[in-house]
Amino acid sequence: MLKLSGLGKRYPTGDRALTNIELALPKGQVMALIGPSGAGKSTLIRCVNRLVEPTEGSVTLDGTELTRLSGQKLRHARRSMGMIFQEYALVDRLTVMENVLSGQLGYVGFWRSFLRRYPQSAVLEAFRLLERVGLPHALDKRADALSGGQRQRVGIARALLQSPKLLLVDEPTASLDPKTSRQIMRLICELCAERGLAAIINIHDVALAQQFADRIVGLRAGEIVFDGPPGELTSDILTTIYGEEDWDTTPEPEDGAVDERDVPTPPTPMVRVAAGGVR
Amino acid sequence: MKPIEAALSEQRQQDAQAGRWRRRPLIQSPFLRLTLWVGLVVYLILALGSVEVNWARVAEGAGRGLEFLAAFTRPDFISRWDDIWAGLLESLTMTVTSTVIGVALAVPVGLGAARNIAPLPIYWVCRGIIAVSRTFQEVIIAILFVVMFGFGPFAGMITLAFATIGFMAKLLAEDIEDLDERQVEAVRATGGGWWQTLNYAVQPQVMPRLIGLSMYRLDINFRESAVIGIVGAGGIGATLNTSINRYEYDTSAAVLLIIIAIVLLSEYSSSFVRRWTQ
Amino acid sequence: MPVSTSSQGQPQWRLRTTKAQWLGYLAWLAGISLFLLCWKVISDNTMWVFVEDAGRQGTDLISRMLPPEWTYAHQLWLPMWDTLNIATLGTALGILMAFPVAFLAARNTSPHPLIRSLALTVIVSSRSINSLIWAMLLVTILGPGVLAGIIAIALRSIGFVGKLLYEAIEEIHPTPVEAIAATGASRMQVMSYGVLPQILPAFAGISVYRWDINIRESTVLGLVGAGGIGLQLNASINSLAWDQVSVIFVMIFATVLVSEWISARVRHAII
Repeated sequence: MLKLSGLGKRYPTGDRALTNIELALPKGQVMALIGPSGAGKSTLIRCVNRLVEPTEGSVTLDGTELTRLSGQKLRHARRSMGMIFQEYALVDRLTVMENVLSGQLGYVGFWRSFLRRYPQSAVLEAFRLLERVGLPHALDKRADALSGGQRQRVGIARALLQSPKLLLVDEPTASLDPKTSRQIMRLICELCAERGLAAIINIHDVALAQQFADRIVGLRAGEIVFDGPPGELTSDILTTIYGEEDWDTTPEPEDGAVDERDVPTPPTPMVRVAAGGVR
Repeated sequence: MKPIEAALSEQRQQDAQAGRWRRRPLIQSPFLRLTLWVGLVVYLILALGSVEVNWARVAEGAGRGLEFLAAFTRPDFISRWDDIWAGLLESLTMTVTSTVIGVALAVPVGLGAARNIAPLPIYWVCRGIIAVSRTFQEVIIAILFVVMFGFGPFAGMITLAFATIGFMAKLLAEDIEDLDERQVEAVRATGGGWWQTLNYAVQPQVMPRLIGLSMYRLDINFRESAVIGIVGAGGIGATLNTSINRYEYDTSAAVLLIIIAIVLLSEYSSSFVRRWTQ
Repeated sequence: MPVSTSSQGQPQWRLRTTKAQWLGYLAWLAGISLFLLCWKVISDNTMWVFVEDAGRQGTDLISRMLPPEWTYAHQLWLPMWDTLNIATLGTALGILMAFPVAFLAARNTSPHPLIRSLALTVIVSSRSINSLIWAMLLVTILGPGVLAGIIAIALRSIGFVGKLLYEAIEEIHPTPVEAIAATGASRMQVMSYGVLPQILPAFAGISVYRWDINIRESTVLGLVGAGGIGLQLNASINSLAWDQVSVIFVMIFATVLVSEWISARVRHAII
């Protein structure tokens, strides 16, 4: 369904983020993308929905070439790809319902969205999703009044309201505690199974990735160094991905036991807004 | 949650379940909302109704407006250069002296207006000075000082210095009031006297902002120096006023361009100074 | 903080190095000479006879201002209403124009660098020129009256509101904006959902603050004929009716204090 071929990204500063990525994702597959911070995980999924412009190669979704789209066509392509963010990326001063409904922005016109006149079917679906993620009572609360796990649930509901074919998930658990992380990962995987969605999940937590994903791709310095089912992920391979580290001391790594260096640092704000297609 | 709130929330959930959802209005009470809207409309009608426009005069002046805009494409720096230069020199010197004097006087007033270090009677006197200085537009103060000191840049300088006192002292006092008390206590604990406390605990905390604000005020004083000339307090305002009254828009455009350029320059240099002092 | 060794081998501490110390002295010297030079220019242009006379003039002025002619206040309600309207309508008009300018001037929402510099030019020009100068120009163009005052206040407010607002826009969190863009939203939708909610509190605060400043500015616009209480002030000064002037001063003082109080309360409630 999704096919990346020869994908590369070089930032204007000359830093090479991705080199020659070849990847095919069939319908309904949940793929975890692991790798140290700075390996290009975030850049890769942002190249798919063009929040970051790839510099070479192609991205096709159901046969449509995405890298050359612009304007209306790009918007339509984007709405079929839901995105879930590390820091939830909710608009704090809007209510939960408004945040969820913003998933419909690709479908409604400006004035309708500005006056918050969403079609009945959209509201219906939005409320169903809120119930599904367990937050129907929070409807009118402001997003910044929720806890981290609750916010991520709202983020998931927003992404699903786009009725996407594909979920792009960027470090969904990096800001959450271990228990909530597990719940959120389970929720994402259940929803993918229910709706037959494919997903690319960036995650630095190898144990979570192994537990929930159908397939694991290891990224190191912008190149794919591993691609296979979770069972094949041995400590040798982890060493290739992450560099020298004594993996055997933690045979079953706990959620919190991730090396601190792996927590990705978000890029500087100005660059990201510019890269966000807002220009 | 209050029972009404809970019921409302329940109601809204049921509505949403049926696919009906509207944004919750900012003001919950429909009566208050209506009152505010009606009040706003009534005010707008009354206010706009009291604006008298002489359309014939506007039509007549429109040509002059275009002429003025056109003047910006051909500003005339030369024919009145002597007047411009004299006005500019007065404005700049007034700006510098008034800022220096104003800031120097603002420091004691600011100290006196800070509740945590000044005794009550001094506090009220200083707050009074600040209130008077901030309330009246520079031009009004200039009128009074022109009557007292006669025409010329001296009255202008005093005006700007007076306005500077109110501006700086208020902000300085606020700064001192939210000082880090622990640092003050620490210095006092070493056995330092009042002056030493001021020097070692208060000054280092307040100084960077004081310098930043002084630069900002320098900028404001220059802009104000361009208008108090209208009432005879010296500076480039007088030149500008004359040129506008004589419809010599080319000269006015030149003066305005000079003012804009100087403000830009001062803004640029003040950001530089602020970075340097931090 | 340099520590050097003296000839006896004892460490010596001084706050600054010798070079830094000399540079410091030099800066002070330059500053003081500049001040003295400026002082001399002003002193040359001043009639010192008048200045020496200031004390007597001052007491004379105060004696003429007191007691205020309170009955004159009845003639001031209408001009005061005009003044408030100039400030309020002018602020509203200015905000309306400043809003799009700020979006064009903010680095992260501007469509093109060229448009950005154009918007910044508008902001700087508007900020550099005092509302009284705008009023002077507009009176020659539109004729004297409240309209010129309203537009003068609006033109001056564009720069102030525009500058603070575009700084607020540049400080927003970028991730919600990115998230909204990722849903397939159009540019306008990204602005209204991602950017607008984030700057709304700052925007309200800035507007109220400017309104409060504009009340003060609009009290003098009448001096150049642009309506409001300044017209009365001008008339009273020209006819040397200082006991009326003091009534006007009291009215201005009260109005400005009240508006400042309102503005402080509103800003406090927003933050």
